[in-house]
Amino acid sequence: MATIASKAAVTGIGETAYTRGTDKSILALQLEASLAAITDAGLHPTDIDGVIVYSNGVTVAEDFITNLGLPDLRFSATTPMGGASCVAALQAAAAVVATGVANHVLIPVGRTGYSGERIAARVQQVPQFRTIGEFEMPMGAIAPAQLYAPMARRHMELYGTTSLQFAEVAMTMRQHALRNDNALMTEPLTVEAHQTSRMIADPFRLYDCCLESDGGAAVVVSRTEAARDMAQPQVTIMGVAEGHPDSPSTITQRPDLTQLGTAKAAPRAFEMAGVTPADIDVAEIYDCFTYILICQLEDLGFCAKGEGGAFVEGGRLALDGALPTNTHGGLLSQAHILGMNHVVELVRQLRGIGGPAQVPDAEIGLVTGYGDLGDGAVAILRRGA
Amino acid sequence: MTEIEPVLPTPTREAQPYWDSLREGVLRLQRCADCGQVRHYPRPMCPACHSMADDWVEAAGTGTVHSWTVSHHAFHPAFKRDLPQTFVTVDLAEGVRLLAPLRGDAGRIAIGSAVQIEIEALDDDWSIPVVRLA
Ligand SMILES: [Zn+2]
Repeated sequence: MATIASKAAVTGIGETAYTRGTDKSILALQLEASLAAITDAGLHPTDIDGVIVYSNGVTVAEDFITNLGLPDLRFSATTPMGGASCVAALQAAAAVVATGVANHVLIPVGRTGYSGERIAARVQQVPQFRTIGEFEMPMGAIAPAQLYAPMARRHMELYGTTSLQFAEVAMTMRQHALRNDNALMTEPLTVEAHQTSRMIADPFRLYDCCLESDGGAAVVVSRTEAARDMAQPQVTIMGVAEGHPDSPSTITQRPDLTQLGTAKAAPRAFEMAGVTPADIDVAEIYDCFTYILICQLEDLGFCAKGEGGAFVEGGRLALDGALPTNTHGGLLSQAHILGMNHVVELVRQLRGIGGPAQVPDAEIGLVTGYGDLGDGAVAILRRGA
Repeated sequence: MTEIEPVLPTPTREAQPYWDSLREGVLRLQRCADCGQVRHYPRPMCPACHSMADDWVEAAGTGTVHSWTVSHHAFHPAFKRDLPQTFVTVDLAEGVRLLAPLRGDAGRIAIGSAVQIEIEALDDDWSIPVVRLA
């Protein structure tokens, strides 16, 4: 059977400055990051013949043809999975370059989460939230914090997961952000500050919720054979998969509230990669909320269902812990760039250019996306071929 | 003082009977006319047998708490007056769930707590289910 395992590589990465406040448009932020990624790959913009645009419709493939001057775009698509879109796009891009549909696929994202419309206004426009829009928003359950909170509450009631364990995640992400000069958060976070931060939607306090920020990020995916001769040390996509949870349009009806689409994607990604969770040197795990990171650790198989809270205790996710996680500071403390900042950071780690947050000898890493009402995506990357 | 408009649903064709029933003060659920499986939220096709024939059954109006959250931030001006607002994920007696705001005392809410469903008007045309601890 044909496989895309290790047939594609991330050959270019690019980021803008991450800010709170910008006068740039989402398209301009995406183009700036795209150009950086294309240049990083040692390519010229006209080499790009595939693009996977973010699914909210703010930018379209035509924008990239027009601005980058692409002479012959051969592939365009979207992967409409909210925050899981970027990692799901790695799967689509890998399939496309592995089969020769295109040679170099650009995956750009950008957002003005701080300067633009607030989250409640944005989710009301997302087609994947249509069912929620009809049946739950009229009652006041509108924002992700409110819609996700019952998942966390049930996990806490069933397994004894605590807000102090959430704090452990938030504080670790903050420690990592302090090593990153492109991170929004610049002061340490104490457990007291977490525990006294204002309640948003119980059990989520302010510091359990990700930042709203402005910025753009992009990657280029190319065929593995082509990557060998390109500008950067090779970073190969060993395995990648997307997973949609049961009852994908509404969390309320999900048979098991404590399982995400990640639980379906993870076994496929690990099998394709031919590795196990024990082989992962560094992880970049989508952290829109502290609980969502904990839940994914379980769905990924780093620990059993219900053990995620205990797993994060004792600094296990810290740089010197057993599973260094979100070495850039994550959505919680670096910036919310739809998780493309997670993909970029993993590539940096595997190239060995992680700077003060570099995990020594990082060889195999994992990145996840999580989005909309429980979608998951998982990619496992390795240094070299 | 200016009146803040409520957030109102835009019903899909399949769900119109659900909203019509609520306006009459009754919680009705969509049921497959072929295999009898109740489904919620309303949709065109039965995922069990793929029949597109349905009928509507009146719910008993009882259930238990599956999970909940207490919202301290409104995210829309229409809900500011209700804060803090508890939302309950309810296991209905019919085997499906719904999410609804809690009315009355949250007391010692816990997974499995018995609840009663009531119907509350948003305005002259729209009503929603709400939950009260039994
Ligand atoms: Zn049926």
